[in-house]
Amino acid sequence: MRKNILEVSHLRVWDEATGNVLVRDSSFQVRPGSCLSIVGESGSGKSVTCRAVMRLNKSGIRQSGDIRFDGVELGRLSEKEMRNIRGKQICMILQHGMSAFDPSRPIGVHVAETLARHYGWSKSEITAKAKSAMESVRLKDPIGVLHKYPHQLSGGMLQRIMIALALMLEPDLIIADEPTTALDTVSQFEVVEQLMALRERIGCAMLFVSHDLGVVGKLADDILVMKEGEIVERGSAEVLFSNARHAYTRELVSAKRVLHEHFTKVMGGVDLADR
Amino acid sequence: MVTYIVKRILLSVPLLLVISFLTFGLNHLSPLDPVEVVLHAQGVPKITEELIAETKASLGLNRPFAVRYFDWLAACLQLDFGNSYVTGKPVWSLLGPAFLNTLKLTLVSVIAIIVFSIVLGVLCALREGKALDKSVRGISFFLTSMPSYWLAALMIWYFSVKLDLLPTSGMDSAQSYILPVAVLVISYAGIYFRIVRSSMLSNLNEDYVLYARACGLPEGKITARILRNSMQVAVSVFCMAVPIILGSTVVVENVFAWPGLGTLTVNSILSRDFPMIQAYVLVLAVAFVLFNTLSDLINAALNPKLRREP
Repeated sequence: MRKNILEVSHLRVWDEATGNVLVRDSSFQVRPGSCLSIVGESGSGKSVTCRAVMRLNKSGIRQSGDIRFDGVELGRLSEKEMRNIRGKQICMILQHGMSAFDPSRPIGVHVAETLARHYGWSKSEITAKAKSAMESVRLKDPIGVLHKYPHQLSGGMLQRIMIALALMLEPDLIIADEPTTALDTVSQFEVVEQLMALRERIGCAMLFVSHDLGVVGKLADDILVMKEGEIVERGSAEVLFSNARHAYTRELVSAKRVLHEHFTKVMGGVDLADR
Repeated sequence: MVTYIVKRILLSVPLLLVISFLTFGLNHLSPLDPVEVVLHAQGVPKITEELIAETKASLGLNRPFAVRYFDWLAACLQLDFGNSYVTGKPVWSLLGPAFLNTLKLTLVSVIAIIVFSIVLGVLCALREGKALDKSVRGISFFLTSMPSYWLAALMIWYFSVKLDLLPTSGMDSAQSYILPVAVLVISYAGIYFRIVRSSMLSNLNEDYVLYARACGLPEGKITARILRNSMQVAVSVFCMAVPIILGSTVVVENVFAWPGLGTLTVNSILSRDFPMIQAYVLVLAVAFVLFNTLSDLINAALNPKLRREP
């Protein structure tokens, strides 16, 4: 068996100023090419965990514990070495596409700067690659989109641009922090579809954060359930959906079932929990 | 963008018209009869009814208000603001050079204010809560809370008298700029850098900063993005600083004997020299409109949302 791509052990995150513990003693692993989903209500420490892996929590938020990525202890890397990993080996997809891009520059600037930073491609290479990546996430007029400002595009389109960028960067791990939460049902469906296609195409592992179990059921191999900074349950997706042990998980699953039936009806019988 | 610029400049025309009308109307709000002011200023011993009527005619004050307004406006466009009631000389021959001197002082100061505000604002924002941030904010609070005449006097005493490094007054050389500019920079940059700092800080927590970092972009590039997005409030403040300082250098000009607008206007106001006051108010109001337009244009260049491109 191949070793895990990401191994987090005894991660603890706390706010230095208030002493509030945001994540306590959390340990989990992500196998190469698999998708681990973290579910839980807002404020349960999901996003903080993601940012802790990237070492991108706000200043004043401290963390301890081991985070091993591809055998490398991330906590020991210098800021510069960490920057080389961010984007190229671990890619992030954020919740709010609308605010994820610099509001005063065209989208293409960010795409080009990121690609040039990690791969040193020429301008024409970048344009060519961006064009095919944007087409593969089904954005019409890919070159036109690159010249648009964030406020001229929809949240779903921006989300797919982030996915397209991940596609070009070919990371080993993608951290998707609630990528579908801010979207309407149709855009959600498209984004989930693209995330699945992305995994198929570059074979990357994924850390997928959501409180939407319908989406989680479609993507996740394994699931962690977090509540108030603690992992309360973990297991494979199949087992968890049919046989949740923790009361909180059962609550989430049953709340989801009601929504899920509605979702299935809206999407015309596409069943999301059939994995 | 070009349409936006043209539109924005055309929009300022009606504003300028309203301002000129109000400025001209000021004359009529004053309880004093300008004719009497002129005669007093010329030292006429006995003011008779005929003399008043005669002077009124010679000044053109007996014509209808609207006619006088449009005549005055047409003349103003050629920088002819009439003659001073007190000295009888053309207003622009007095106001022009003084305005130029004040403008020089103002522009040099504003450039220094912008540089200091941005540098200090960015440094403090990047080191929020650290020793540098705290000490810069503490010192600036201490310095800006001193009245500028007191600060100016202190600086003259130390740098000109005690160390004999800089001239105490006048504007004879580049060195003469140092002290008055320093006083203005301390009073304004000490406040403006906080605006830069706080908008940098609110931008630092934006998602696009997190995403740029998550993409591995270098910090320098990210700081440049944050700065650009933080500049919008600051640009308006910086642009408005020009007319504000133009109109409020009286204290500094007096302390440093700067041959500028400040002293001239105070004297004109005291002697009720209406054409001078009118010209001064008009020039300042025009400066406000111009720099306000300029700040809108710069912001439109910085912020694509304001441009409304098709």
